[in-house]
Amino acid sequence: MQPEEYQQLVLHNSPRRPLVKNAIMAFLTGGLFCLLGQVFLDIATIIERTEMEAAAVTLAAMILVGTILTGLGVYDEIAEIGGAGAAVPITGFANTVTSAAMEFRREGFLTGMGSKIFIIAGPVIVYGILSGFIVALTKALLTGLL
Amino acid sequence: MQYLIAFVTGGLICALAQVILDTTNLKAAHILVALVCLGALLNGVGLYEPFQKFAGAGALVPVLGFGSSITKGMLAEAERLGWEGLFTGAFEITGLGLAASVVFSSLTALLRQPKK
Repeated sequence: MQPEEYQQLVLHNSPRRPLVKNAIMAFLTGGLFCLLGQVFLDIATIIERTEMEAAAVTLAAMILVGTILTGLGVYDEIAEIGGAGAAVPITGFANTVTSAAMEFRREGFLTGMGSKIFIIAGPVIVYGILSGFIVALTKALLTGLL
Repeated sequence: MQYLIAFVTGGLICALAQVILDTTNLKAAHILVALVCLGALLNGVGLYEPFQKFAGAGALVPVLGFGSSITKGMLAEAERLGWEGLFTGAFEITGLGLAASVVFSSLTALLRQPKK
């Protein structure tokens, strides 16, 4: 069998991914996380002095939620159902950090957990800072801030 | 009403990510990185602030909001400190969550074993 034929066969026989159902589940899951975030944001807006502090506290609270759900082993099940709806909210970021910490702890505290805690979340932090830096620098120069 | 808006906007962002995930060969990591960069960019051009005013946590909680928060922190700190702010500002808003995530994740790893 030629590779192309094999590709065709695989394509033909692999189960079709239920596009609409996945999207709806992602919508509901992601929406629920954002709804919870809105509860935290409302509370944080009352407690904190500035809008930025309220945002920081909300993000941290959602990260705590993601960490706890991961520790309880629930987040994997949510991700199974919700797909991107569990990955895109910041709770998914927390999930990758916590599951890496749990997973690599058995390789030791230094070379295991310490080195690999950001093994999945790392790119989001690195490219977030890089793109943020480029954007902020450009804007600061254009607006005469610097 | 704000709850409904947050639910719908946040949900739509996630549903869109899911559709991209299902229809292309991109991995989740690609999409998350793309979203964080997009958030940083949208904040820079001044579109994220009005969006977040409208959508609240629906704009803040998806990883887009993380990218936007990085740019926002850098610009706010640059205003306060000058060029140093472009660096220290990266963690102005996100630092609380990042440090919390290290602390609580480590604690969780001490207390719980991964299932399997």
